[in-house]
Amino acid sequence: MTGRDPLLRMIALARPRGARFALGVLAAAVATASAVALLATAAWLIATAAAQPPITALSVAVVATRALGVTRGVARYLERLVTHDAALRTLSDVRVRVFRRLARTEPVRRFRSGDLVTRLVGDTDATQDLLIRGLTPPAAALVTGVGVVALSTAVLLPGGVLLAAGLLLGGVAVPLLAAAAGRGPGRRAAAARAKLSTALVDALHGAPDLHVHGAMDAAVARVEAADAALTRVARRDATLLGLGSGASALVAGLTVWGTLVLGVAAVDGLGTVGLAVLVLTALAAFEIVAPLPAVAARLGGLRAAGTRLFDVLDTPPAVTRRPAAPVRDEPGLRIRGLRVRYGPGEPWVLDGLELDLPPGRRIAVVGPSGVGKSTLAAVLFRFRDPDGGTVHLDGVDVTTQDPDEVRRAIGGVPADPHVFDATVRANLLLARPGATDAELTAVLDRVRLTAALAPAGGLDAETGPHGDRLSGGMRTRLALARALLADPRVLVLDEPTAHLDPETRDAVLADVLHATRGRTLVLITHDRAGLDRLDAVVELRPPGPVPAAIRAAPRPAAR
Amino acid sequence: MRPLDPRLVRGVAAVRVHLAVVVVLGMATTGLILAQAWLLARTIATAELAVSVAALAAFAVARAALAYGGETLALRSAATVKSALRRRLVRHVVDDPHCAGEVVTLATRGLDALDDYVARFLPQLVLAVLVPAAVLVVVARADWISALVIGLTLPLIPLFMALVGWHTEARTQRQWRLLERLAGHFLDVVEGLPTLALFRRSRAAAAQIRAATDAHRDATLGTLRIAFLSAFVLELLATLAVALVAVEVGLRLLYGHLDLETALLVLILAPEAYLPLREVGARFHASTEGVAAAARVFEVLERPVPAEVTGPPVPAPRVVRFEGVSLSHGAVPVLLGLDLTLAAGTTTLVTGRSGAGKSSLLALLLRFTPPDAGRVTVDGRDLAELSTREWRRLVAWVPQRPHLFDASLADNIRLGSPDASRAEVARTAERAGLADVVAGLPAGYDTRLGERGTRLSSGQRQRVALARAFLRRARGAPIVLLDEPTAHLDPATADGVRAAVADLVRGATAVVVAHDAGWADLADRVLDLDATATVGAAR
Repeated sequence: MTGRDPLLRMIALARPRGARFALGVLAAAVATASAVALLATAAWLIATAAAQPPITALSVAVVATRALGVTRGVARYLERLVTHDAALRTLSDVRVRVFRRLARTEPVRRFRSGDLVTRLVGDTDATQDLLIRGLTPPAAALVTGVGVVALSTAVLLPGGVLLAAGLLLGGVAVPLLAAAAGRGPGRRAAAARAKLSTALVDALHGAPDLHVHGAMDAAVARVEAADAALTRVARRDATLLGLGSGASALVAGLTVWGTLVLGVAAVDGLGTVGLAVLVLTALAAFEIVAPLPAVAARLGGLRAAGTRLFDVLDTPPAVTRRPAAPVRDEPGLRIRGLRVRYGPGEPWVLDGLELDLPPGRRIAVVGPSGVGKSTLAAVLFRFRDPDGGTVHLDGVDVTTQDPDEVRRAIGGVPADPHVFDATVRANLLLARPGATDAELTAVLDRVRLTAALAPAGGLDAETGPHGDRLSGGMRTRLALARALLADPRVLVLDEPTAHLDPETRDAVLADVLHATRGRTLVLITHDRAGLDRLDAVVELRPPGPVPAAIRAAPRPAAR
Repeated sequence: MRPLDPRLVRGVAAVRVHLAVVVVLGMATTGLILAQAWLLARTIATAELAVSVAALAAFAVARAALAYGGETLALRSAATVKSALRRRLVRHVVDDPHCAGEVVTLATRGLDALDDYVARFLPQLVLAVLVPAAVLVVVARADWISALVIGLTLPLIPLFMALVGWHTEARTQRQWRLLERLAGHFLDVVEGLPTLALFRRSRAAAAQIRAATDAHRDATLGTLRIAFLSAFVLELLATLAVALVAVEVGLRLLYGHLDLETALLVLILAPEAYLPLREVGARFHASTEGVAAAARVFEVLERPVPAEVTGPPVPAPRVVRFEGVSLSHGAVPVLLGLDLTLAAGTTTLVTGRSGAGKSSLLALLLRFTPPDAGRVTVDGRDLAELSTREWRRLVAWVPQRPHLFDASLADNIRLGSPDASRAEVARTAERAGLADVVAGLPAGYDTRLGERGTRLSSGQRQRVALARAFLRRARGAPIVLLDEPTAHLDPATADGVRAAVADLVRGATAVVVAHDAGWADLADRVLDLDATATVGAAR
């Protein structure tokens, strides 16, 4: 399965909509065919009329010509609507499929980079592009091409053969060769563009530093040198990129010329009527292959998008459910010998972590970045399986339960919590669908968000994309409110105060500590300030000669 | 929408050259189309190959050569046009550091929208004027009735397209906005997946995606049904006109009013009159994107930038005064009537909560922004009258988030003094506490730091900025400005930086901005912006 061309696999995604696509291809074929047929019929009409037969001999051709004048526009309009409809239906299938798969394949790791997510969404949408602009035109060209070649062959066999050769050359060989020739320039341009982009980032984002140090002129000179290099590459490669359209024109021109020569040589058998039909058919036939160079040029990018898309769709789920094990009688969270690494042969991120957290106790997990704090959160949230060791909650091994069951018991704030582009109310209702406005307001009070949200409309305040109409502190408080509303038995907060300025950080931390009194809490943070109000602080250290972690030292509760 | 932005023609020489070349090539193409049609018609009518066989082959080759040359020249023009705009953009924007960020995308991917516009759309636009006109003239001489049919339908195409566009534009615009929102929905949900999973909402979200995408489809098809109408009108009119001409010519032929050669010529030429118009229609999208990209470029170019003040070198100031200085960000006042005296050789600590105007105070001293009211004076002279470049030469600045460049560590340190020797660089790096960092780098001072200095941690980047400032100090800069030098550092690193800062400000006229008062021992005086009555009242 995985060895197949991603383009074919992308097309296979559209199989449930096969009938609609077939209709679209048919309409496209009718549209192109009517253009060729119009010229062929008109050629017959005119050449026959020149012999001045009775008008009744022409009446069918006259009607056919007029009808063909209408069918093309109508068929093209129909084709566009049908294929867009089918492609959008397929897009809906693909989006749901991608989303379902993503939901089962360890969200946290994948979502490190916002760029990756944006690209994935673009790759999903590329399916639509492939189906509308990549699949329909060649399929329709094939249908029409066969028909037109059959017509020419019926008139004059060598003419038909020549036209078939010309169409194959102009519609398949030239576009593919042109696309292949364009790959080198594409690579060179991309390399030059990357250099330019770096120089631009340096000059523009570093503008304050450059201005103050009087180094802007040098930076601009570097940008202009990079620009000159890119322009040079583009201008030189233009001579390569123009080859495609030149070759297309040459093939079309010479095919018509050859058809004319063949036709005139056989004019005794053909008559003027046959000659006119043959030549004008060849002249019109190249419209069939006109869209194909664009298709060929697009395929490389679409294939890359498909490869990335199936990379996601082929990823096995990160979480497997193990068979039920005996339940032990020990309340609270108990972690024994937890080991995690991101792939065989990679270093252990967590190596033998031990942790005991009785109900109602609040601890902090601290340590430098990269030490596995967020990995611990991912294991607790059931975003991924442990590679060794066990995690028990109230005596139940969490890997034996449905992940959603575990998340009912262990919840909180993941690293970089997402604020959806909706109202504050919608963002809160995620955590507890069906909560009343009174409940929502109460939780906003607990995280001290009520006053700040009031001017924007309280629960009806729009958050904007990524919550950018809220301040960093407000976003953090909203995420905390969601976590409190979900009311899990164990609350895990992964770096709730990251990306906040120092004074907001202190205020938010104070409110976190206030709002989580009496709960079981794991607070993951890289910042030690203000943690003395918790029951214990666990320090994670990089795996190595030192013990992986120090057991949460039981300390008198400082409440 | 205008198909061609006049600012593009006026402002960019390469566009004018391109248009001239395109018109010449377009005329040659038109001539070849006419000659080819005439020879084809003649050969079919007479069934004689004599002269035409060689000429037709030559015309085919010439058309191919024109297509190749035209495409190549057009692509080259596009590259030149983009380069010209990019250079103007960069030169214009660097003088105003505030709006720099958005331009990176515009100057790279944004300008690429001009490729299709310049290389493909503009040549087709020229052909769409030349070819129909020439065809009309030739057909009129051969058969005036056919010319009448073509002449009447041809203008109908742009007219109908304009009518359809005009009638539907408002509606289409509204729907496109809706579509963008719906398309954004999927991205939003995918980005929020960990959050959704955590609240056990991922299954419900899948159903929502289905519903939203289906709604998206209905809305899109509603829009497309109308958007495709203009293409429908175009195709219908073009084909129907050819059909009408064919029938009309056939009937006149039947009654002997026309000869076969003329009839064939008209039949071959009729579709050619409509072809360029259809091509223009097909590239409509490229044209809107290209015009929009050009408009964005000119929007930036037409933004006024502060003129650089030039002048003689500025001597080391004895006293710098803020005299009733006010500054706003938009409608929000950040400084209101601030009076402040910075005496030579003293260190002033500026504290206050975020938004109190601490960084703005530094921006005024760095001349990134002028005051809205009041003035800053240097030994009695208005700072705004001094040469920007010479004034900045006196300043050693450690920003909150220093920008490091994709160059070697040494070049990053000697950013302001490219002539500094390796020994000088090493000395300043040591004072900034970088010695250990250098020892850990694979190529020491020659290690490239990557885009934005990603090879170093934020604490190490802060030390590079300190080293820059030390080098500035060593070169005689008497003023030191520090913006939250330890805000993003962990406690151990912060202590190291603090010690280096103490060394840096010794003997200098220094302003240290920090949100906590932990720096007080370093300062000769403290300015608490929260406590400054004028500002407090404004908030």
